[in-house]
Amino acid sequence: MRKPYLPLVVLLLFVVIIGGSWLRIFNEYWQLVFLFMGINIILTVSLNLINGYMGEFSCGHAGFMAVGAYVTSILTVWLFAEDKVFGPPVLPAAWAIPLFPVALIIGAVAASLAGLLIAIPSFRTRGDYLAIITLAVNYIVKSAIENMEFIGGPRGFVGMKRVMNNMADVFNAPWLLIWTFIGMIITILIVHRFVSSTLGKGVEAIREDEIAAELMSVNTRRIKVIAFMLSCGLAGLAGGLFAHWPGGYINPGTFTILKSTEVMVMVYLGGMGSISGSIISAIGFTLLLEVLRPLGVFKWVVIPLLLVVMMLFRPTGILGNKELSDVFPRLRAIFGSEEESYALASD
Amino acid sequence: MLLEVKDLRVNYGNIEALHGISFSVDEGEIVTLIGANGAGKSTTLMTISRQIPHVAELGGKVIGGSIIYQGEDLLQYEPHQVVSKFGISQVPEGRRIFGNLSVLENLMLATYARKDKAQVRKDLKRVFEIFPRLEERKHQRGETLSGGEQQMLAVGRALMTRGRLMLLDEPSMGLAPVLVRDIFETLKEINAQGTTILLVEQNANMALKLAHRGYVLETGNIVLEGTAAELAANPEVKKAYLGG
Repeated sequence: MRKPYLPLVVLLLFVVIIGGSWLRIFNEYWQLVFLFMGINIILTVSLNLINGYMGEFSCGHAGFMAVGAYVTSILTVWLFAEDKVFGPPVLPAAWAIPLFPVALIIGAVAASLAGLLIAIPSFRTRGDYLAIITLAVNYIVKSAIENMEFIGGPRGFVGMKRVMNNMADVFNAPWLLIWTFIGMIITILIVHRFVSSTLGKGVEAIREDEIAAELMSVNTRRIKVIAFMLSCGLAGLAGGLFAHWPGGYINPGTFTILKSTEVMVMVYLGGMGSISGSIISAIGFTLLLEVLRPLGVFKWVVIPLLLVVMMLFRPTGILGNKELSDVFPRLRAIFGSEEESYALASD
Repeated sequence: MLLEVKDLRVNYGNIEALHGISFSVDEGEIVTLIGANGAGKSTTLMTISRQIPHVAELGGKVIGGSIIYQGEDLLQYEPHQVVSKFGISQVPEGRRIFGNLSVLENLMLATYARKDKAQVRKDLKRVFEIFPRLEERKHQRGETLSGGEQQMLAVGRALMTRGRLMLLDEPSMGLAPVLVRDIFETLKEINAQGTTILLVEQNANMALKLAHRGYVLETGNIVLEGTAAELAANPEVKKAYLGG
């Protein structure tokens, strides 16, 4: 069969978005929209792993995003920018460009460790407990940051603008957008690989019937911990990217249960257990927020209403448990046909 | 002796469900536990598979005794190890097939912990030989199968774990008599090919025809034991379980 065009399509998209932003074909507003799209895709795809593929219910995604956001931005500000608390930059500005992704990874690892901290006690129980525990964690993270004065407490943390400016001074490129795009692609690849692996089959088995999964030799606790850490780590990556947005500040108020809910809405709109659904709904939802901006606070009436209508008429979301290439087989020319996971059985 | 359950006591909350039962299964045997509803049959199987205390909603807890399998106490191991390390598979009550997954995916999930891909292929062939119906429907979603087919899938899945001991919890439940006979025929065949079977049944008639030995479980106690023929001839068993 023909080679799939997907890498080519992704490359083209990269060139158009990054190139367009670089050459100012897309103005700053559109760059911001692209940035939020990318971040929302990372958040949605990663949460879908827990809430969609595994069928558990985590509602504290913003808490883990906050961990990544603060760890990454503290690192970059400490290392690469003049700051009131952290003093002069530790490293020359030129280092910021290669080390920025390292800071992102450290933020993601921190968020993933926070996830481990939650996963161990909460997965001893079954059922709805995870929802309550993650909800509590979201509040704990927010309150903890609010009470840390050295990183600004409730007023928020600033200085990331200087980091980004320093990077742009060394070499002028839309760095944040570049890393967001790459982070998004890596997230999609990791989650896709994970759910199509043997471990991923175990994830599905847990969703279907946990007891049966164990009777089939699936180590459910191990899978849950791995999946949860992965999901939280990717949320931390999204947080680290978000922290460097052109606004130049983050505050604990950004990472409340409202933000977690927003991500859940995107997951359920797109369809549980569907990566392409999550991507579509993250893009659509970001655009919708922009389109409805003139409505002001009333957009928070319209959007939930849309969700209600959606749940009434299409409870599985846009693509429930299916991928785009399942619905439109012609797209397989682009995506490549999903290798039959159990190819051995067909002979 | 392959499996030896000694003085096993299990609680649900404050209620003792098993009051210290003891029984054993030898290699190659078919042993049946018969008894009425609530006698503790499923609890016994779920305890062997280490799903108790895991079924947390009921507060199930093992409070005494041991389950010795090949010289080791299963109570020291995790649920998945009971299957992957010791080869004890279970066809659970109500079948518990993965409804949204295809027949093939259901079968392959049972090989989750197995590394011997070549043997997996052979085992799959064998399952399809035993249950040709499953091969016809291998791409169909589990929940679209009929009750009998679901039972075949549940047994097939247990076979795919390549266990030495298969625990079966009421395979006759909800099936037409002719299907029950087919399933029991198949179990006989599976046993003849080397798998030891521990069968829990309410349908004592069928179970005693198939089994070599049996135990009668009554409200958490073993009240009778013997060869299948002895039990079938026992007047009390006849009266209580075989319809006079």
